[in-house]
Amino acid sequence: MSATATLPAPAAVPPPPPETVTVKVNGKTVQVPKTMPNWQGKPEPTTMLQAARVAGVEIPHYCYHDKLPVAGNCRMCLVECGTPMMGPDRKPVLNEDGTPKIARSVLPYEPGTPRGVIACATPISPGMEIYADSPATHQMREAVLESLLINHPLDCPICDQAGECKLQEYSVEHGQAESRFVEAKVHKPKAVDLGPRIILDDERCILCTRCIRFTKDIVNDDALGIVNRGSYNTISAFPGKAFDNNYTLNTVDLCPVGALTSKDFRFKMRVWFLKETSSVCTSCGTGCNITVGAREGVIHRFEPRSNDAVNGPWMCDSGRLNYKWIGRADRLREVRIGGRRSNWSTALREISGKLSTAPAGSVAIVASARQTNEELYLLKRLATRLGAITDSIVREGEADGLLVSADRNPNSNGVRLTGMAYTEAGIQLPKIAAGIAAGTIRSLIVFGEDVTAHGLDAGLLAKLDLLVVSDVLPNPTTEAATHLLPGAAPVEKRGTLVNTKGRLQKFNKAVEAPGDARPEVEFLQELVEAVAGPIGTATIEGLFNRMTAEIAGFGGVQWAAVGDTGITLSL
Amino acid sequence: MSFSIPAPLEARLDELVTHYPVKRSASLMFLHALQEHFGYLSNEAVEWTATKLGLQPVNVYELVTFYPMFRQEPLGTTHVKVCRTLSCALAGSGELRDLFCKKLGLDSHAHAPQTTPDGKFTVEFVECLAACGSAPVILVNEDLHERVSTSEAEKILVEGGRRSGSVGGSAAKGSANPAGK
Repeated sequence: MSATATLPAPAAVPPPPPETVTVKVNGKTVQVPKTMPNWQGKPEPTTMLQAARVAGVEIPHYCYHDKLPVAGNCRMCLVECGTPMMGPDRKPVLNEDGTPKIARSVLPYEPGTPRGVIACATPISPGMEIYADSPATHQMREAVLESLLINHPLDCPICDQAGECKLQEYSVEHGQAESRFVEAKVHKPKAVDLGPRIILDDERCILCTRCIRFTKDIVNDDALGIVNRGSYNTISAFPGKAFDNNYTLNTVDLCPVGALTSKDFRFKMRVWFLKETSSVCTSCGTGCNITVGAREGVIHRFEPRSNDAVNGPWMCDSGRLNYKWIGRADRLREVRIGGRRSNWSTALREISGKLSTAPAGSVAIVASARQTNEELYLLKRLATRLGAITDSIVREGEADGLLVSADRNPNSNGVRLTGMAYTEAGIQLPKIAAGIAAGTIRSLIVFGEDVTAHGLDAGLLAKLDLLVVSDVLPNPTTEAATHLLPGAAPVEKRGTLVNTKGRLQKFNKAVEAPGDARPEVEFLQELVEAVAGPIGTATIEGLFNRMTAEIAGFGGVQWAAVGDTGITLSL
Repeated sequence: MSFSIPAPLEARLDELVTHYPVKRSASLMFLHALQEHFGYLSNEAVEWTATKLGLQPVNVYELVTFYPMFRQEPLGTTHVKVCRTLSCALAGSGELRDLFCKKLGLDSHAHAPQTTPDGKFTVEFVECLAACGSAPVILVNEDLHERVSTSEAEKILVEGGRRSGSVGGSAAKGSANPAGK
C-alpha cells in the first residue's frame, strides 16, 4: 500500500449499536443487550433476570437487588430454562421444521427431572429459552417459599412489613394454602436492639444478607454478619457494637421481610393507610428523591425514591428523620401585625402599600436557599421593582463522600440562578447591616432565615420601619417582625429546587399547612402583583414556565418536562 | 479482667500471618492459639484478632460462633464430651448425658455446652468421637472412656469433683488461670 497524499478526514462514526443476544422468555423472542450494568453500573454479561425484565417478565426474588452485589442465596429466582442442542460437530441440532432443538435443563443424574438455575446470577447465552411460567418453575418457587416459611412466625397482623412484604406478596402467588409443617419452629432472638435506629426480629429474617451487603459494600461499614451458622443462624452486629452509621435505615427498606424495622416508624401506622407523595429531601444540597408517607395530615415517614441521577435507591438517616419539626406545636400559624393577630388581606395590603411608596434603595431582601425557585423568582421580581439589595444565607456542613453534601441548603443553585445572591451568598449581609445602621435601609424582607444569627441583631432590626418576615418556626427574627407571614414546610407546598449538581427537581404537596399558614408562592404572588404589576399567570406551572423563559440558566425547560425524577441543567 | 497478650505469643502469631497470601486466612490459627492460651475466646480476643488481621470484629465473630470447637466462655476443670452420634445414641448416650446433667444440676435439654456454677464441670453433647465400635463413648478432658456404664459415669463425677485448681482440656498449656479468677 502506498501512502496517500491526503489523509481521509475521520468520519463522524455513530457509536456502534450495543451487541445483542436473542433469547426467548415465556415463548416470546426478545433481543437483549449482551452486557448490562451490574450493581456498580459496570457492564457485565446480562443475566436471565435482567433479560426477563427486558421482556417485561419480573422473576420473583428476595436476595437480588439491582444496586447490591449478587449473592444468589435465597433461591427464589430459580427458573427452568433451555439451551440450543449442539451436535458432535458443534452445529445446532435442528427440528424437522428447521428450528433449533432446545435441550431443557435437567438434573444430570436424573434426566427426567427439570433443573432450575438462579436467574439472578446466570448469564444468558444465544438462543436460550427462559421458562419463567412453566409448571416446573412454579413448583420450584413453591418449594423454595415453603422452605423459607418453615421457621417464619405467622405474626403478619402485628408486623410492620405487612402490606409491603415480599413474603406476603409471593405467598399470594406461589404459596400453599395449607402448611405441611407439624414440627416445632426454631426460635431465635426477638426485638434485638441492633443500633440506635434499628430493631431486628431474627425469627422473621430469611437470611438474604441484603443488609450485610449494603452496609459492607455501599456504606463501607462492615458491621453486620451471620453468626451461629446452622439451624440457629442469625444476623448480628458484634456484641456491644451498635449498628450506627448514617445510612442504617436503608436496611429497613432493603429488608424484603419484617426482620429489620425502624424504631421511628414501627407500630406507628399500617402502611396501607399511608398516602404516598413524591417529593425531594430538603436537608442538604443533594436533593435525594423521597416518598412522603402521610395520613390525615400527619407525616409518618420519608422513604427514598429511586433516582439514579441523584441518590440511587438510598438516602441518609439524618435526612430521613428530619420531618418531626413539621408537626411541631409551636409552628407559626397566625398572620401577625406588630405582634397581634391579623389576616392575610390586611397584612398584604399594608405591606404592599408601604413597599410601593418606598424610595429606591431603601429596601433589602434576605431570601433563603431553602426556598423554591418559584418563590425566589417572585422575590427577584419584587427586588428589581424596588431596586432592593438582596442576599441569602450560607449553610455549610461536612460532606460524607456518599450522599450528604457539604452544602446544607437544598437550593443554593436556585438562589444563584434567580440572582437573589451571586456566586457567593452572604457577602451582601454586612452591607445590609451597614445600611440599616446608617438609616438608608428602612424596610427589610426576610424569608425562612433567622438574620439575628447572621449579623443583623435585634437592635438593628428595631431601627427598621418595616420588617416583613415569613417563616415556619419561631425565632428571634420572627419575634421582631412588624409583619409576620406564616409559611409552609416543603411537604406542604409544590415547587422546584436545583441541587448542587444542577439537577432541577420538583416536589409535591403531601399535607396541608397548619392554621393560616400558606405556601409562600401564593401570598408572594399577590404581594408582587400588587407592588410590581400583574405577572399574567395564576398557576405554579405557568410561573415556572415564565421563570425558565426569562432566566437563561434554566434553559427554557417546561414544567411538564421536569418529570418525577428531574432534569439536569448545564450550569 | 485486663486483656493482654504475652510478647512471645504475639511474635509467634505475627510470624504466622506471613505464611498466608492474605492476612484474613490466618484467622482460624489465631483463634486456636488464643483459645489455647486463655482457655476460651473473649470478645476482647476476637477484637484483638480483627485488629491484627485488618478485619472488622463481626467477621471474626462469625467464625467463632460457627465452629463448635471455639468457646466463648471458660470451661469447667472437668470437660465431659458425650457422643451423640448414631452408634452411641443407640447404645444409650442420651441417658448418659441426662445422668451427668441430673447429677450436676444442669438442663438436659440445653443446646450449648453447660458449665456448673462452681466451675468444676462442663457437659457437652458432641458429634462422633470416632470410637463407634465401643459405644457409648465419652471424652473426659483428653481421656477417652469406652463402653461407659452408669457406674463408670458416677466414678468420673467423683474424680472430677476432687480435681481442682488445675485446668481441664487443652487450655492447660498457656495459662494457669483461664477463667480469670
